[in-house]
Amino acid sequence: MKNILAVAGVVIKELYRRKDFYVLFIVTILICVVMASINIYDDAHIVRYLKEISLLLIWLSSLVIAVTTPARQIPVERENRTLLPLLAKPLTRVQLIFGKFLGCWLVCGLALLCFYVFFGALSASREHHWPLLNYFQAAMLHWFMLGIIVAFTLLGSLVFAAPSSNSTICFVIIGGILFVGRHLDQVAMTLQAPVRTAVYCLYFAIPHLELFDVRDLVIHNWPTIPWAYFCLALLYAAFYMVVFLIAACLVFRRKAIN
Amino acid sequence: MTAILRTEKLRVEYRSRELHQRTKVALCGLDLEVGAGEVFGFLGPNGAGKTTTMNVLLGFVPPTSGAAYLFGIDVRQPIARQRIGYLPELTYYYKFLTAEELLRFYAKIFGLTRAETNRRIPELLKLVELEHAAKRPIKSYSKGMQQRVGLAQALINNPDLLVLDEPTSGLDPLGRMKVREIIQRLKNEGKTVFFSSHELGEVESVCDRVAIIHQGELKAVGRVADITGKHANLEQAFLAIIGYQLQPVS
Repeated sequence: MKNILAVAGVVIKELYRRKDFYVLFIVTILICVVMASINIYDDAHIVRYLKEISLLLIWLSSLVIAVTTPARQIPVERENRTLLPLLAKPLTRVQLIFGKFLGCWLVCGLALLCFYVFFGALSASREHHWPLLNYFQAAMLHWFMLGIIVAFTLLGSLVFAAPSSNSTICFVIIGGILFVGRHLDQVAMTLQAPVRTAVYCLYFAIPHLELFDVRDLVIHNWPTIPWAYFCLALLYAAFYMVVFLIAACLVFRRKAIN
Repeated sequence: MTAILRTEKLRVEYRSRELHQRTKVALCGLDLEVGAGEVFGFLGPNGAGKTTTMNVLLGFVPPTSGAAYLFGIDVRQPIARQRIGYLPELTYYYKFLTAEELLRFYAKIFGLTRAETNRRIPELLKLVELEHAAKRPIKSYSKGMQQRVGLAQALINNPDLLVLDEPTSGLDPLGRMKVREIIQRLKNEGKTVFFSSHELGEVESVCDRVAIIHQGELKAVGRVADITGKHANLEQAFLAIIGYQLQPVS
């Protein structure tokens, strides 16, 4: 475990010493603050639109971090040859994969924490109350969804050598799952066998990321999700993280490094 | 003599990128043995299979057939790497870390205690003359300084076997002399050093034994004096062994 934590520590150090996160955070803050400072149409419920746009920006920024951070981990290590002295030490490839995953996932968690604290402060300045449990549920579900994306992108980084191609492919697939994934069963019903079976299989195989999108819970101040469902959703995410990580370990296990 | 490093009929084949050739043989039945306390030079022209041998020894590349052992343990087991230090050729370390942080990170992987780490890091930084730059990010280092950080990281666990892949490549004469001094010092401490180099003069001065590999096959192995034999120096012997005919200058 100490090896995994050591690798994760380096990933986290990389995040706070690079400028990517700060740029994303500052841009998000600026847009949100500018929007919060104007009162369009003198609408009393404008705060809901403000919250919706702020959350959308947070989602986009966190997606960028969750894809670009793991996408460059192993390819850049290979390119700079830092992978050689690292794997020449008593560190297994499985530990390296898990360390990279943990580091990237914690990076996403730290970024989300900053974003949600800012979002909470902005909302509270307009609504004068803090629905903390709603924020907690939304942030946790969001973080676990990012865990699936991190594990998936890490797997992709072992298949596609260039971080840019891996990022693009991951963005397209994640976008596809978020926008089309939930409708695949309806699409399947309109098709003939065996395509119908294939689409159904795809529907049940893909991780349904849209399940973790509970922005409305925060925007409309709805009551919290029952805790049993909340825990089930976290388990569902954990299952996909494990599946993708095992696949990554299998791909990386016998890969020649030179 | 206890064999610290041993290969048995090591064969490595790569999938060829050329259409008419399915596989490319990088190593062909390599048998090698390096004893405790030896400084062993591994020589060969570019593409001879030196780096591939090191890659197999360090578990980066699986052998097609044959086996390799470090301290009697199969190289595929991570524990075989517990007592070795490795300096790869032309490596760029994590640019966002300082030399001290980099060494601390590697020390953690070796499971060194905090007290041991705190003692080793200043010692190594002094050895490679980087104390003044310990707190600076590696991205601000010159090539020679990066190579010295590499040497420090290879020594962090006080290894019994040091594997160096062209350690003086790209270094100025001062840097080369420094690396030679460090190898000599390790030899005096009874450490085993296995290194590849194109600097034959340097090999001649520090190595106990050398092996010459060409096109994946071991051509010669023995003491430097035995290999040099009737030739004027190691360079002449090396050229003769790999079958290079010297052309008279017109």
